[in-house]
Amino acid sequence: MKLIILNDYDQVGEWAAKYIRNKILRFNPGPDRFFILGLPTGGTPLGCYKKLIEFYKKGEISFKYVKTFNMDEYVGIPRDHPESYHSFMWNNLFKHIDIKSENTHILDGNAANLVEECDSFEEEIKAAGGIDLFVGGIGPDGHIAFNEPGSSLLSRTRVKTLAQDTILANARFFDGDLSKVPTMALTVGVATVMDAREVMILITGVHKAFALYKAIEEGVNHMWTVSAFQQHPQTVFVCDEDATLELRVKTVKYFQVQGAEQHTRPGRKGRWRSCATFNLSVSILHSAHSLPNK
Amino acid sequence: MPTNKSVSKAPITQFVNCRILRDHKLQREDLWVREGRILDPEKLFFDEEGYADQRVDCEGLIIAPGFIDVQINGGYGIDFSQATSNVRGGVALVAKKILEHGVTSFLPTLVTSPPNIYHKVGTTSTPVLSTCPVSHHCCHLEGPFISLEKKGAHPEQYLRSFQSGGMLDLIETYGTLDNVAMVTLAPELPNSEKVVRELAQRGITVSLGHSVANLSQAEEAVQNGASFITHLFNAMLPFHHRDPGIVGLLTSDQVPQDRTVFYGMIADGIHTNSAALRIAHRAHPTGLVLVTDAITAMGLPPGRHTLGQQVIEIQGLHAYVAGTKTLSGSIATMDMCVRHFKQASGCSVEQALEAASLHPAQLLGITRCKGTLDYGADADLVLLDDAINVRATYIAGQEVWRK
Repeated sequence: MKLIILNDYDQVGEWAAKYIRNKILRFNPGPDRFFILGLPTGGTPLGCYKKLIEFYKKGEISFKYVKTFNMDEYVGIPRDHPESYHSFMWNNLFKHIDIKSENTHILDGNAANLVEECDSFEEEIKAAGGIDLFVGGIGPDGHIAFNEPGSSLLSRTRVKTLAQDTILANARFFDGDLSKVPTMALTVGVATVMDAREVMILITGVHKAFALYKAIEEGVNHMWTVSAFQQHPQTVFVCDEDATLELRVKTVKYFQVQGAEQHTRPGRKGRWRSCATFNLSVSILHSAHSLPNK
Repeated sequence: MPTNKSVSKAPITQFVNCRILRDHKLQREDLWVREGRILDPEKLFFDEEGYADQRVDCEGLIIAPGFIDVQINGGYGIDFSQATSNVRGGVALVAKKILEHGVTSFLPTLVTSPPNIYHKVGTTSTPVLSTCPVSHHCCHLEGPFISLEKKGAHPEQYLRSFQSGGMLDLIETYGTLDNVAMVTLAPELPNSEKVVRELAQRGITVSLGHSVANLSQAEEAVQNGASFITHLFNAMLPFHHRDPGIVGLLTSDQVPQDRTVFYGMIADGIHTNSAALRIAHRAHPTGLVLVTDAITAMGLPPGRHTLGQQVIEIQGLHAYVAGTKTLSGSIATMDMCVRHFKQASGCSVEQALEAASLHPAQLLGITRCKGTLDYGADADLVLLDDAINVRATYIAGQEVWRK
């Protein structure tokens, strides 16, 4: 596992966006070779999405041959409700880039048969060839997607009843009226995300600090489902200073040194090892992969 | 890029690089149009997997709903109150010309005239709001049931009262009410209450104007269904602190809760002093409707021209009843009015634009299809720069004028 510690929310967003951009460019997707991206919603990835949109507008990246799979969606609210995850993805990413609708996949919380909807979502991921990079966030209770405390670490995409804490936290998006807040959601399972070839988890803010501590310094535990990723071969956690406040000083120093070392010495897999001060030249990537230099 | 054609095969236009007026704010959003209506791009994306067939680069301009003028007597030599041989052609000519001012919908206004004029003109008028299923009505009848003392430029000999009881007088005078969207009358005339109620029930907007009504008479008329004031301050009693008259409706507490009283403002810098404009705007900003009250001479060079049954004279930006100092209407254009209103009141661009689009649409009850850029509304658009100069006008998504 890699832990990248940056100064603040904006840096996390920029680093994550660059990581995604470079992964896609390096993969060099085409009409018969799509890059499969798993995506989250919420406040944490917004900064990352803004940066990705910037890169698209500057001509550094195209989403034409990218397929996306979102983590979750509420059950029972209209698809065009301002708080639905369809609306979130449309307003914060899709409408600003050149992704094709048929290449986006978001669970349908209004499907006639929710179980079938979840099963067919898993099938679609399989048919796409599996996820190349799954980006996620972490809840204050350590959950990934809607895999709330107590969720099986071997779970797959399914219907979940939301925890009371989550419902209370969401009330502010529904005019403070608890009766309007959805009580159920469709979510990818922990194992669904674990199946991805690479996972990137973004964590910002002091309210996530305890969850981060539980996720990486304690054992794998279904009460803190993000801890499952200790057993994933290729995971990177990207966080800001505030999110490290519950970690041991020793842990923080270890990863900061590791990041600094990787910046100065060549990595085993070539020039692109992740590091704390990530700043690749896009033109190098373009020329390496025969993309037009803009 | 094609859609999956699940909803429509019609081409889709995407206006990019623009700021649109939506939810009372100018927002950096693209505007999507299909089959003459504003399209919801999110629905298009998720339901139809569709994209734009054509992109229009607006180069940073503002897109506002097309302006709506509810009081315009003519222009470019055309006088709506004259029974010419080609009434329909006359209305069409003005309709085309005022596109340059950003006006995409209007109510041809007839001033006080003899019954034969109403009978001839009324039956041949074109329904200019006909694209909107909510209203197929078209004209504004200003008079003849108005006050003698406040006739303004209206010819005295054709003024009338409700002597036969009310609606009978109306039908006798106008012939038919089929193409009528608005009637201006003086509520102090005896028997007016029944008329106001009946007209309001038929969905015709009742406006108070050319009147010496006091505040209570005006409030009663509003309670009976009146919802507009014709060119506030002009042709009515001036505001008095013990009887504010019709002007007092702006802050009256007798207006029913669910209703708004709108008021027309000729913001040409001549009909209303800027300070008075500001007082009205600050007292009741959401009711302000910009109107031009433009006359035949609008768009024409200085000189003498006809208005209804009278002759008027143009001097610079002023239009007087020939031989007097009585204003007979304005020759300002709607975009000039919007600019002047913004400058004089200090309001925001959004408020200025809404006074010429959203508010008149709310007044006429046609906001489902006009006056907004909401999904499903008619794509009647005006493209403007930051100084509120009209650069291009669209009707039903088609460009009809460009600077």
